[in-house]
Amino acid sequence: MKTQTYTLNLGPQHPSTHGVLRVVLELDGETCVGSKTHVGYLHRGIEKILEDRTYPQVIPYTDRLDYLAGINNNLVYVQTMEKMMNIEIPERAEYIRVMLAELMRIASHMVGIGIYIMDLGAISAVFYPFIEREKILDMMAHLSGSRMTFNYMRIGGLAHDIHSDFKPELDKFIVEFPRFIEDYHRLIDDNEIFIARTKNVGTITAEKAKSYGLTGPNLRACGVKHDIRKTNPYGIYNRFDFEVPVGEIGDCYDRYVVRMKEVEESFKIIQQAYKELPDGPVMAKVPKLIKPPIGDVYHQTENPKGVLGCYVVSDGTPKPSRVHFRRPSFNNISIFDEIFIGHKIADIIAILASFDFVLGEVDA
Amino acid sequence: MEFFNKIFVYIAQFIRETLAALGFTPVWVEMGMGTVYLVAILGVCTLAALFYVLWERKLAGYIQYRPGPNRLGPNGWFQTVADAIKLLTKEDIVPCGADKAVHLLAPVFIFVPTVLALAVVPFGEGMAAIDLDLGIFYLIAVTSLSTIPIFMGGWGSNNKYSLLGAMRAVAQMVSYEIPLVFSLLGVVLITGTLQLQGIVEAQSKVWFVFLQPIAFLIFIIAATAETNRAPFDLPEGESELTAGIYTEYSGMKWALFFLAEYCNLFIVSAIGVTVFLGGWQGPFLPSWVWFFIKTHLLFSFFIWIRWTFPRIRVDQLMNFGWKFLVPLSLANVFITGIGVYIYYNGLGW
Repeated sequence: MKTQTYTLNLGPQHPSTHGVLRVVLELDGETCVGSKTHVGYLHRGIEKILEDRTYPQVIPYTDRLDYLAGINNNLVYVQTMEKMMNIEIPERAEYIRVMLAELMRIASHMVGIGIYIMDLGAISAVFYPFIEREKILDMMAHLSGSRMTFNYMRIGGLAHDIHSDFKPELDKFIVEFPRFIEDYHRLIDDNEIFIARTKNVGTITAEKAKSYGLTGPNLRACGVKHDIRKTNPYGIYNRFDFEVPVGEIGDCYDRYVVRMKEVEESFKIIQQAYKELPDGPVMAKVPKLIKPPIGDVYHQTENPKGVLGCYVVSDGTPKPSRVHFRRPSFNNISIFDEIFIGHKIADIIAILASFDFVLGEVDA
Repeated sequence: MEFFNKIFVYIAQFIRETLAALGFTPVWVEMGMGTVYLVAILGVCTLAALFYVLWERKLAGYIQYRPGPNRLGPNGWFQTVADAIKLLTKEDIVPCGADKAVHLLAPVFIFVPTVLALAVVPFGEGMAAIDLDLGIFYLIAVTSLSTIPIFMGGWGSNNKYSLLGAMRAVAQMVSYEIPLVFSLLGVVLITGTLQLQGIVEAQSKVWFVFLQPIAFLIFIIAATAETNRAPFDLPEGESELTAGIYTEYSGMKWALFFLAEYCNLFIVSAIGVTVFLGGWQGPFLPSWVWFFIKTHLLFSFFIWIRWTFPRIRVDQLMNFGWKFLVPLSLANVFITGIGVYIYYNGLGW
């Protein structure tokens, strides 16, 4: 029988492309024989805009990169600037930064895992992680006045000290969160359908992952123990005791497992930081007009989605000459075209969901 | 008690006698009764759909730690009515390039097998519109017709997602028809009748769910697949095919598909209750009350499944159907046959 392939345009308006990713699939029945990923539907030209902003004005723009973990994006930029200007920041600010960054890592992974399971068809499974995320977002809203675009960090410290409401809310979260983890493992881990849908689907070898520049949980799921917090600690991350979970074969199931374990490790870091939280100021002495010396600095941090790098070139004026972000989601999705081949449509959805990318970061 | 048990039977009798007393010939009396039955069935069908649309949303809400619809009317119970009005007043969109006639007829045809199937369901003692001798056979025959309108909808929409959904629907419904039939066949072997009232009466001592537990499980799985509900909602596949066969449907045409889905689920719940859970039999309460209680519980069970499990993949669906359910149901029929033979004839030595 003579058959022919056909083209299916998955996105930019499709519920499972997490925004406006567009994948043009060449299909033979249900099986993918070719794919081309298109990006750029959410491009706002952030890097170009930043060339016309002063250094402190850059911070709110970073919130809009990976909008599910705004604090972590704040962090990479302010740390780059501190590196450039050799600013020592107060201990208390360092601890609060770590706590918030790890809280947002949990919040981001809650979205990643929840949406992942939802895209596999279990709609209820998105609600339980979102409840936990909502607690974190409420905490952050009371702290910074905003649920997702915080603009809370400053070059040299933080905008202000933590609010009096923050501690009771964090206490409550620390008590309630382990129970959620336990329940969710019971709900998902051994589910036959979940295993059938994710085991050996979208398998990536360690070599291939490295060659495509994968980072974050997607790289660690392939068995590569790479975490900037361990290999090249920034801030005060060398003071905390935590593990770097890795997967075995880099399939969709491993990506779920690694994220779940990472959430637990982040929870451990939060508890340690919270226990050791020192008193003192949260802002270092920073000149009113920030005018870094001529030169360039690259700095990278471990974001929920992977390694977020920030490259700033200064020409000695109050405005940066060039700001560039190495956005992990952008590099992560570059592997899609290769691993989609040979999978069914349902698998492609599973792979898309398991990568947990954010289009705000892909397109910048 | 006896009066309430047979209240609907008495009403039907009263109408029949009135028609006869008015001087109609027997043929016209039968025609009149047919209309009455049809109206009653459509009433049950619509009410059930209206109720269960809301009930599913409520139950899903409870599962997901949220209240569900709770604004309109007492505790949100008028929500479906408001939704229906909204859908009725929406613009009717036919995509360009669609096969207009097929696209339009699909949501109408989807109701035909539904109404046909309800004609033989015994809602209570003596409360079946038509008590066919071939009840089960008829049910299976008419419910399998629902594949055709779904395929019409998917084909007529001129959309690749819809076409994919239609292909999945046909493959799935044809594959799962077989284990469904075999699961019911075990019960038929035991009772020796295809008549639904007879099957219900045979369960006066013990429900068939205890004699045929494997068949009941196969029935639940195959029925979920037949009605295209999660984890077998591949034709719809919200996160994969956007809405599959329903992608290009909006307004009242979509609502008809939606209502038919709930009616069909009501029917499979009713069949499950009739064949495996003792039908309308039960103590104290009138028989039709028992029937609706049991159907409601089985329906809620289907809702619970839907809101808990992820969706399975199309090749896994086929493997599961052909390599597991079909052999298992065949084995079940075989063992039941041996059991029945030994029960009636002894071991013969």
